Amino acid sequence: MSAVASEHEHTDDHHDHGPAKGWMRWIVTTNHKDIGSMYLIFALIMFFVGGTMALIIRAELFEPGMQFVEPQFFNSMTTMHALVMVFGAVMPAFVGFANWMIPMMIGAPDMALPRMNNMSFWMLVAGILMLASTLFMEGGAPASGWTLYPPLVLQTGDALPFAVFSVHLLGISSIMGAINIIATILNMRAPKMSLMQMPLFVWTWLITGFLLIAIMPVFAGAVTMLLTDRFFETSFFDAAGGGDPVLYQHIFWFFGHPEVYVMILPTFGIASTIIPVFARKPLFGYSSMVYATASIAFLSFIVWAHHMFTVGMPISGELFFMYATMIIAVPTGVKIFNWTATMWKGAMTFEAPMLFSIAFVVLFTLGGFTGLMMSIAPVDFQYHDTYFIVAHFHYTLVPASVFILMAGGYFWIPKWTGKMYDERLARLHFWLSAISVNILFFPQHFLGLAGMPRRIPDYATQFSDWNMVSSIGAFIFGFSQLMFVYIVIKTIKGKDCADATDEVWEDAAKHGLEWTLPSPVPYHTFATPPEKIPTEHF
Amino acid sequence: MNNNDEIKAKNTRLVRKLLFIVIAMFGFGYALVPIYDVFCDLTGINGKTNTSAADETVYEIDKSREITIEFITSLNESAPILFESKLKKLKVHPGQYYTVNFYAENKTNQPMLARAIPSISPGLTAEYFIKTECFCFLEQTFKAKEGKMMPLRFVIDPELPDRYKTITLAYTFFDNTEASVKNKR
Ligand code: HEM
Ligand SMILES: [Cu+2]
Repeated sequence: MSAVASEHEHTDDHHDHGPAKGWMRWIVTTNHKDIGSMYLIFALIMFFVGGTMALIIRAELFEPGMQFVEPQFFNSMTTMHALVMVFGAVMPAFVGFANWMIPMMIGAPDMALPRMNNMSFWMLVAGILMLASTLFMEGGAPASGWTLYPPLVLQTGDALPFAVFSVHLLGISSIMGAINIIATILNMRAPKMSLMQMPLFVWTWLITGFLLIAIMPVFAGAVTMLLTDRFFETSFFDAAGGGDPVLYQHIFWFFGHPEVYVMILPTFGIASTIIPVFARKPLFGYSSMVYATASIAFLSFIVWAHHMFTVGMPISGELFFMYATMIIAVPTGVKIFNWTATMWKGAMTFEAPMLFSIAFVVLFTLGGFTGLMMSIAPVDFQYHDTYFIVAHFHYTLVPASVFILMAGGYFWIPKWTGKMYDERLARLHFWLSAISVNILFFPQHFLGLAGMPRRIPDYATQFSDWNMVSSIGAFIFGFSQLMFVYIVIKTIKGKDCADATDEVWEDAAKHGLEWTLPSPVPYHTFATPPEKIPTEHF
Repeated sequence: MNNNDEIKAKNTRLVRKLLFIVIAMFGFGYALVPIYDVFCDLTGINGKTNTSAADETVYEIDKSREITIEFITSLNESAPILFESKLKKLKVHPGQYYTVNFYAENKTNQPMLARAIPSISPGLTAEYFIKTECFCFLEQTFKAKEGKMMPLRFVIDPELPDRYKTITLAYTFFDNTEASVKNKR
């Protein structure tokens, strides 16, 4: 009923109303702030679902031998953990920030295509529910690893078609999200804001949007080929019929490598937004940041086979992909240099968003270095498919993407709710996370170098000690994240929290349009575009 | 309001262009399949040998060189087949023709359709490994419990670059019975 009511409101009085009443608000809403909140809450829930799976993995690996789960289920856990974290947690969280912040950062009243915005959120939910349902099917959830390599993945039981369709739904959802974000940025910007005056979070999302529409259809095609190989007698990847399983790996990584940049470019954007505010300086090298982002995105399309050094490529191929991969370190280095230079001689303070951002700069660099090690084709034969690579990408994803998501949450929640979060608790959350994440992932480097393979439920006893340390770190890290939920809920309820000023952070209004709005931010903002653009961020 | 309509029109145009990219990239994913085959064919990097009988050209035999050919046999997903090569290794002169025999036996009580897929390593030698007769050119039918000798006749092209001393030829047998039954249905 309330849907009908709000429909009426719409026709009567178009502009000056708040959110619709009742729970239907959340189903029919087309408001970018509502949809942003839904994406963020959904991502946070999925972060804990995926985290629970990770803890099942780490519990099993706490000691050698089989303790808690069957090997098949263990492999389903590694597969589902990755898929849930990538498609359910990290990507939707960045879409959530995009929804909330991009219109406010560029002085637009809403997203360009509000109805499509609502649809892409609900498709995401449908896709993830379908993926989760495979856990309860005959033969179990996919257990082939998130890369879904044939022929192994074709042995999945009843779950295979559902896993494929869920990838389709998730793909359509992110394509719609990306189109919406690109259209918003290109068409809805305040007339006074040129492209080279956009905040970096907006820039990185513009580029990520193009990455997404270029790669998600390729992934959709690859899984469709898996489906027809299994059910319709095609032989794309079936050697017996003249196909080639290595072909799948090429198609997958053509998608897969840019996909990892989909998760890191918006991270770069948020870090570039936060660091200048707490260093009280303009961002160092704004335009080089934009060009570095664009070149990383471009290069990400020509390095995919660094995931396939061991499939038997000819030496010329190995060399091409080796050098191309190494070149990515250059624009990445430019960025790290710029963040450091921004902090250099800044009047820094260390509130939670800044702490998470500094940890990101340091620990992401570490992940980049192990990436460089693996880009050397001959030595990658040792690292490939060991825990070393698990350590590599977790350093680039957890203390990087996930830390920056936390940083962004603390940074903007006072603007969203009008209340300051509990700084003391947030710092405790930071220190617990920063220490435990290293206990969790650093020993995995040693395990990998010593030869422990990834995706196995049991291992030789010489790996016992570091696995135990890693599992202890995992449980501390996992449970510390509950603090984030507590702090967020406390801030939203707002009972014992101080009121946030409009600017929230000292002099923030010089750094971005969102800080010129009142706190808590009204339901509708920038009905008319702003006249003045802040200048400290470019 | 006018301004609003203008933005709406701009959005529609942009969405159309972006959707075009989406569809083109979906097509590109599929186009990668033939591109991959053509690329591997042209560069010869995938270790794929000729898939139908080559003519028996006469080469000059190079007695001064000896190449070791290794034969490896394996089964896909533990197919119920006994499959072995009578010879594990053979020293050959480029330009001379050789025939070697492989043995395969259907271990089930049902008729079987099976297919052997070859692969050569190092991959770049594949274009110099020329087969004039091979059991891998066609799908093989076996009666229940039937075993048979299957010949392979080949020659190494004397053009083979000097740096290659050993070539490994690996065959994997695939049980295709079920797939072909499904096909007929
Ligand atoms: C300096 C930049 C980087 C370099 C040189 C690099 C290099 C590599 C290489 C060579 C591999 C393949 C290792 C193997 O399979 O043996 C790899 C794997 C991986 N990288 Fe990176 N990387 C970099 C940055 C990143 C970033 C920023 C992310 C994500 C945010 C990332 C995520 C991953 C993931 C997820 C895998 C493993 C995929 C899998 O097999 O499941 N990397 N990286
Ligand atoms: Cu990669």
